[in-house]
Amino acid sequence: MTPLESTFANLKAAKRKAFIPFLSLGDPSLDATRIFLGELAEAGATAIELGFPYSDPIADGAVIQASYTRAMANKNSMADWLQFASGLGNDSKISTVPRLAMLSYSLIHPQGLQNFVNKVKIAGIVGLIVPDLPVDESTHLLQSCKQAGLDLIQLVTPTTPRERAKRILDSSSGFVYCVSVAGITGERRELPQELLGQLDWLRSQTALPLCVGFGISRPDQVEMLRNHCDGVIVGSALVRLCENAGNQPGKQPITEVVKNIGTLARSMVAALNPAG
Amino acid sequence: MSKAVASVPDKSGRYGDFGGRYVPETLVAALDQLEAAYEDAIKDPEFHKTFDHYLKHFVGRPTALHFAQRLTELAGGAKIYLKREDLNHTGAHKINTALGQALLAKRMGKTRIIAETGAGQHGVASATACALLGLPCTVFMGEEDVRRQKLNVFKMRAMGTVVQPVTTGSRTLRDAVNEAMRNWMGTVQNTHYILGSVVGPHPFPRIVRDFQSVIGSETRQQCLELLGRLPDTVIACVGGGSNAAGMFYPFVEDSSVQLVGVEAGGRGPSSGNHASTLSFGKPGVLHGTFSYVLQDSDGQTADVHSISAGLDYPGVGPEHSYWKETGRVTYTACEDGAALEGFNICSRLEGILPALETSHAVVEALRLAKQMPKDKILVICFSGRGDKDCYEVARLLGLDLEGDSTHS
Repeated sequence: MTPLESTFANLKAAKRKAFIPFLSLGDPSLDATRIFLGELAEAGATAIELGFPYSDPIADGAVIQASYTRAMANKNSMADWLQFASGLGNDSKISTVPRLAMLSYSLIHPQGLQNFVNKVKIAGIVGLIVPDLPVDESTHLLQSCKQAGLDLIQLVTPTTPRERAKRILDSSSGFVYCVSVAGITGERRELPQELLGQLDWLRSQTALPLCVGFGISRPDQVEMLRNHCDGVIVGSALVRLCENAGNQPGKQPITEVVKNIGTLARSMVAALNPAG
Repeated sequence: MSKAVASVPDKSGRYGDFGGRYVPETLVAALDQLEAAYEDAIKDPEFHKTFDHYLKHFVGRPTALHFAQRLTELAGGAKIYLKREDLNHTGAHKINTALGQALLAKRMGKTRIIAETGAGQHGVASATACALLGLPCTVFMGEEDVRRQKLNVFKMRAMGTVVQPVTTGSRTLRDAVNEAMRNWMGTVQNTHYILGSVVGPHPFPRIVRDFQSVIGSETRQQCLELLGRLPDTVIACVGGGSNAAGMFYPFVEDSSVQLVGVEAGGRGPSSGNHASTLSFGKPGVLHGTFSYVLQDSDGQTADVHSISAGLDYPGVGPEHSYWKETGRVTYTACEDGAALEGFNICSRLEGILPALETSHAVVEALRLAKQMPKDKILVICFSGRGDKDCYEVARLLGLDLEGDSTHS
């Protein structure tokens, strides 16, 4: 069993739903990211997605791209990010929460697939989400991940035809990342009703946990979804809170941002698990 | 590596190792649909008839193959011919694919068009095709380019296109591509994305190459008819590489024809100062395709520079990477200063103002022609006219087009 699989097995046994927050590494600084992650872990995060900043992210919306741009101003390298990830394994708050890396294939390729997978594994990362690597192109990376015991989480979207969705499910592990809307990451007012139908169909096709992401920003959306999935992924709504962090006038001190992150995270966890 | 062939890409969109589809899952269905619609269209004689009709009566094809007598005399070697893509409606080769894709979009029942543009040439071509066919069009353009290319912004708006300034990242072409891809992800059901170059995920590199291949096919036929044989050397500038791909492709299996691509050498070979992707880059993934890319060791896209906005791009089409690896095409670079000189020489000696992109090819052609015997034939893909660059060239020469010109 991979670490992610046992996490979801335990969650299921406790009849709870997963809350998976996403944060960009180094926005506004790696020190701040560590503090934010600690708060998210305390608030009850099931797993954590670490976004690796990239110069040309086509799968992400304006909020996450802007966050990547801010983070890249710190000139951190892949080596810095992996070292940071390693450090999380020694952080008493965070070490027990599985960490996933979400990043563009453009950043994986230069490292060499096998080498990259080995490096992230050493850094304590248990799974990869590569939003611009569709299943058709993922054979080699999947092989490397399998050998290393890492989960490669695949995405299914509302535009994915059912036959293709079956193929994606076959090569997924850990959980299935169910994209809620056709489009990019970002907060949305409404979630389409068709989403529930797609989730129920996916449920009939796979035993893997289903986690819904893209556009999830409020507890009331979670209430609509919770009986149709095993968890939610929240990115842009959290990243937008980080956007406010800073010492300049009009910005918020880190302590304030941490409080806001905690409040949002706790409201999500509560909406996912109304009984307790 | 084995010899380059014309029967590429394969089913997965690969040109040798290059190409493919590195895109979010949301776009895969749209790309599959586009591929199927394209396969269907090219088997339909009616589609070809309509496309050819507009190419002839709207674009003004076939374009001339002009003997550049004074450039030939200057070089003192091979005869230099110009394939006059500058004579197309809108002044460059971009209209070939904009029109083809707009017709394809109509056929697919799409009711809205989006496009990206850097200097504005592809934006203007897309706006033109959309006005002709009655399709609403939105063009994404970096805020920095909107400021630099006011005339093209005006032209697009005059033709009813919405120009959407992009304020992310470096606010130039690559950010416009990112933004267009993103917009497409949320609108794929009713929208076609007219990509302007032989880049991006499969099937775009193939579709753009095929629509641009009219350049090379005409050139090949004109050489056979007018000169009785194939040219010895064919030269084109390469940014993303669409004019070069369209020019080279019909000659790929003519092994006697030397093919030369000229990239932007910018201010010199150090990183951040040029856009010579094939000369100095390495294979990587950018904008949905695996090809040569200018990036740092972590895979972050490098800054690029060229005097010519149309060549100022950190990637290149996957088929060019394939042609480089197989040795079929030789890629060189021409620096800013030389390109500017090429602009001046061509204007004075031929009475044709070349686009700054095209000027790069002119410079390399003069260099090569000089080394070739007089009975050899060299063709330049004269990709566009220089009107759009007059302000920039004047600025670089220290002239002010808005001020008093009575003493010049």
